[in-house]
Amino acid sequence: MIDLLLDTAPRWALLHAPALLVMAPLFLAPLLAILPSGRLSWLISIFATLFALFCALILVGQVQASPVGVVGYDVGNWPMPIGIVLRVDALNSMILLLVASIGVLATIFSWPTVKAEIPERKHPLFYSAFLVCFAGLCGVAITGDAFNLFVFLEISSISTYVLVALGAGRDRRALPAAFNYLIMGTLGASFYIIGVGFLYSATGTLNIADIASKLPDLAGNRSVEAGFAFIIVGLGLKAAVWPLHQWLPNAYSYSPSFVTMFLSATATKVALYALIRFLFTVFRPEFAFEQATFTYLLMPLGLAAMITCSFQAVFQTDVRRTLAYSSVAQVGYMILGVSVGTVAGVSAGLFHLLNHAMIKGALFMAVAGVVLTFQGTTIRDFAGLGRTAPWTMTGFAIAALSLIGVPLTAGFQSKLQLGYALFDQGMWWAVVFVVFSSFLAVIYMGRILEAIFFRPPINPRKSRKEAPILLLVPLWILALANIYFGITTELPLGLARDAAAAAFGLEAF
Amino acid sequence: MTGLLSMLNPGWLLIAVGLVALFLPVRRVRQGLTIAAPIVAILLVSMADRNLNLLTGEALGLEMVFYRVDNLSYIFGLAFLLAALLNAIYAWHTDDRLQDGMSIAYAGAAVAATFSGDMMTLFVFWELTAITSVFLILRAGTRAAYFASMRYLGVQILSGVLLLAGIGYVYQSRGDLSISAFTSLNEPGALLVFIALGIKAAFPFLHNWLQDSYPKATVVGAVVLSAFTTKLAVYAFARMFPGHDALIWIGAVMTVFPVFFAVIENDLRKVLAYSLNNQVGFMICAIGLGTAGVGNALALNGASAHAFCHIIYKGLLFMSMGAVLYRTGTTKASELGGLYKSMPWTTVFCIIGAMSISAFPLFSGFAAKSLTMTAVGKEGYTIVWLMLLFASAGVLEHSGIKIPYFAFFGHDSGKRVKEAPFNMLLAMGLASFICIAVGVPAIVPGFGYEWLYNLLPYREEAMAYHPFTLDHVLTQMQLLVLAIFAFVMLKRLGWYPPEKPGVVLDSDWLYRKAGYGMATWTGTVWQKVGPAMSTVFFKLTGRAYERIEDTFSPRGELARGGLASGMAIWTAILLGFVLLLSFVTTG
Repeated sequence: MIDLLLDTAPRWALLHAPALLVMAPLFLAPLLAILPSGRLSWLISIFATLFALFCALILVGQVQASPVGVVGYDVGNWPMPIGIVLRVDALNSMILLLVASIGVLATIFSWPTVKAEIPERKHPLFYSAFLVCFAGLCGVAITGDAFNLFVFLEISSISTYVLVALGAGRDRRALPAAFNYLIMGTLGASFYIIGVGFLYSATGTLNIADIASKLPDLAGNRSVEAGFAFIIVGLGLKAAVWPLHQWLPNAYSYSPSFVTMFLSATATKVALYALIRFLFTVFRPEFAFEQATFTYLLMPLGLAAMITCSFQAVFQTDVRRTLAYSSVAQVGYMILGVSVGTVAGVSAGLFHLLNHAMIKGALFMAVAGVVLTFQGTTIRDFAGLGRTAPWTMTGFAIAALSLIGVPLTAGFQSKLQLGYALFDQGMWWAVVFVVFSSFLAVIYMGRILEAIFFRPPINPRKSRKEAPILLLVPLWILALANIYFGITTELPLGLARDAAAAAFGLEAF
Repeated sequence: MTGLLSMLNPGWLLIAVGLVALFLPVRRVRQGLTIAAPIVAILLVSMADRNLNLLTGEALGLEMVFYRVDNLSYIFGLAFLLAALLNAIYAWHTDDRLQDGMSIAYAGAAVAATFSGDMMTLFVFWELTAITSVFLILRAGTRAAYFASMRYLGVQILSGVLLLAGIGYVYQSRGDLSISAFTSLNEPGALLVFIALGIKAAFPFLHNWLQDSYPKATVVGAVVLSAFTTKLAVYAFARMFPGHDALIWIGAVMTVFPVFFAVIENDLRKVLAYSLNNQVGFMICAIGLGTAGVGNALALNGASAHAFCHIIYKGLLFMSMGAVLYRTGTTKASELGGLYKSMPWTTVFCIIGAMSISAFPLFSGFAAKSLTMTAVGKEGYTIVWLMLLFASAGVLEHSGIKIPYFAFFGHDSGKRVKEAPFNMLLAMGLASFICIAVGVPAIVPGFGYEWLYNLLPYREEAMAYHPFTLDHVLTQMQLLVLAIFAFVMLKRLGWYPPEKPGVVLDSDWLYRKAGYGMATWTGTVWQKVGPAMSTVFFKLTGRAYERIEDTFSPRGELARGGLASGMAIWTAILLGFVLLLSFVTTG
């Protein structure tokens, strides 16, 4: 299919796909801001994300076709160390594909919820901010320049703060949440840029590939180590690595439903991508300090996230907060996979990243449907919805089972891969943690499912009220994807393995 | 056209017919189908090319070989199909959709398993034989049959699960699942597979399900059951464990121990079940002798020939006892006797079956068993040879003499019943014909025992062997005459265990009586201690739950103090920690 795309796409698209992928949404964003109609801006957003998906597919195809597995693009024809390059390999083409496809599905489903939750005059501005955020996330994923990465990170973050704050129309607590997120996010970004500064002082370059090539000669250089520490902590904060996750539960619970859904499936994922890029491409696991960080920092943090946040999820009364804490726990799985430090471990982490995006996307979409029709997000509000909104809730249940890791769902497959990777390194005890955390997931998702399907509705007047079709279709696409990729893992696992190999700078599998 | 047809696994045809039969209300059409299907299947098998993967597929990332015929599977498959045909004829007088459908599907599953070329396919049909066959016991409708069928199902599923676990190990170590012989039991998964097969073959101490369930099955059910499950296991052993020394001894023990139970058992169908065990022992022993490929080809030939003949004559014996059960309502030796007057044909056929199983010269058992005996003698296992000899005498005692004597002769029970229905007689007659046909000397070359030998896996070796030599015949006759003499003497002196009603407890006593008592006792104790323990348990868990809630709930420690407000501090702490780590590791 991708071959067909490569054959039929116009020449300009093939040549400039990396730049167009970011630039199209970025330049459409200010246009949206001056549009009078919200519906029109929604349609344009769909177009922009679809176009980005088109470019992302082209890039995936080009990377797979390329003999070295890398597609490079010199912005403004300035060659590498001087100008900014966009550099796509299997790792970030996978992330781009993920962000773009989630972006398309999210934009399509957004209209009913945006209409209900955002004041009408702010609709164009809302979509404008969304496109900026989308472009920023794509930019982080695509750029080959460490400073440029910071810029895109800030572009996406600042627009995210705006998007989160717009939840104030529904719940005033969105404002402190957004402010808290702003402070923390800025802290993370500052740490990152300080780290980049240290690296620049040691290597004299900002290009990621260039830094990577110069680092091995700088063994024992203190500023490299300081740069490493700052970058890990900064990006870790953005990726919501425990215990730097505390901006996340509030931001996810109070922002508009659509924003929650989009962010949960993309924002932390992109930050995690950047973390993996620095851990494996720029720095290398062979560096003693990195190995020590894996063993003594990332692995304990991953395990702690899996356990404590799952426990916290168990005790939440609000569905969105439960899911938010569960997200942090899932980030723990990915961090655990990464901290194994092998190709198998990283590919398991990336595989779980893909699956988790599908899972949480579907779950938050279903929750958005409930917010839309029943104006409630506590578990009590969900009681009896299995009868009043069967389609929405079945989609929710499928994704929930996948989150738990029931066989024949995507969530099971990625936990299985993670288990394999851990066993390979003889870390069977970590598998015990994975199983225990899955058991906690059974409890916290089980509570919600029990309320949905086995309890009578608290308000019997709530008659049959399904979420709108615009919402159901993307929800079911994601839910069915969970089952499909739970049965045949070829496509996502192949992407994840190639990506992990690319992160290590190896030839594709 | 023929090309396409010869690629179809005949077992699937039978399973499909079984499914159709389940829902086909017209009795004669259904039974016609169940008779026609094995005939078509036999044609299909004879058309199939040997040693080729005729039908392959891929599922779950595994290469599956659905249909593969070679010399070993051919003779087992042929015997299964013949048995299916005879069974269908034997069932003509009944009108039972479930029984008809399940019998033929069961046969089909066994055939499909025989012709499968990889372990996963084997496993699937292995389980299918268990699931289809359980209905044949259940259909008897009695309470005892219900519990026996549940025990039976449990044991069969256990075997399937063990097999699957073994397959998992094999797949991990070998990377593919094609069926090939294990070189040693230490190979990963080999032991699991070995035990799984051992359960189905009813190894000593794993055998109770057989004597437990077969006698409780329906008239037709017992006949059908006797043919497939154990012989499928024998086939699988011949495939995967030829030449394993363990099998020689297990087989020898298997031939000997059922003799004692069979002699004192009162239910004649249970006697047959014990003798089934003893016969399978011969085959297992022979497989233990025959190494794969070269080695002792005689032994593997013996096992295959024995399985072939055994399926027919054991079916014949079960058929005759089924006919007796059908007409008189019982198979208890103590309630039977003197039936030869009212059921003369059944008597004749039963005696033919009895003489075959006792390996009288000119009957099929002789042609098959002498292969095994010669192989054992040649390998120099004197003790095993003596055990088998003893078991042969035992077979004669309990199957050859006891069955016909107590049912049709002995003290007259006074029962005067009709002769068995014609279809039963026809099925028994056909079986008897096969028993004699493969037992007689090859006066016309290619017929008689040579017809059977032609089908054996190692054809040249088989054809070079002559069963009708003076010493074979003489040894066998001596044995038989002495055993008959012993029976007559014991009977005369009143020492032979009389036909007394009662239940003989085998080692299944362990789980049916002792295990049950144990379970009841534990239950009582638990009732007393349980409440006290659960109080303690709930107190402990309750306290743990409170602690966890204090820590993790939205109002708890993590959300309130400590972490929530101090995130900026945490960033600093982590930064310091990473810096320290780098300092320490590179310092």
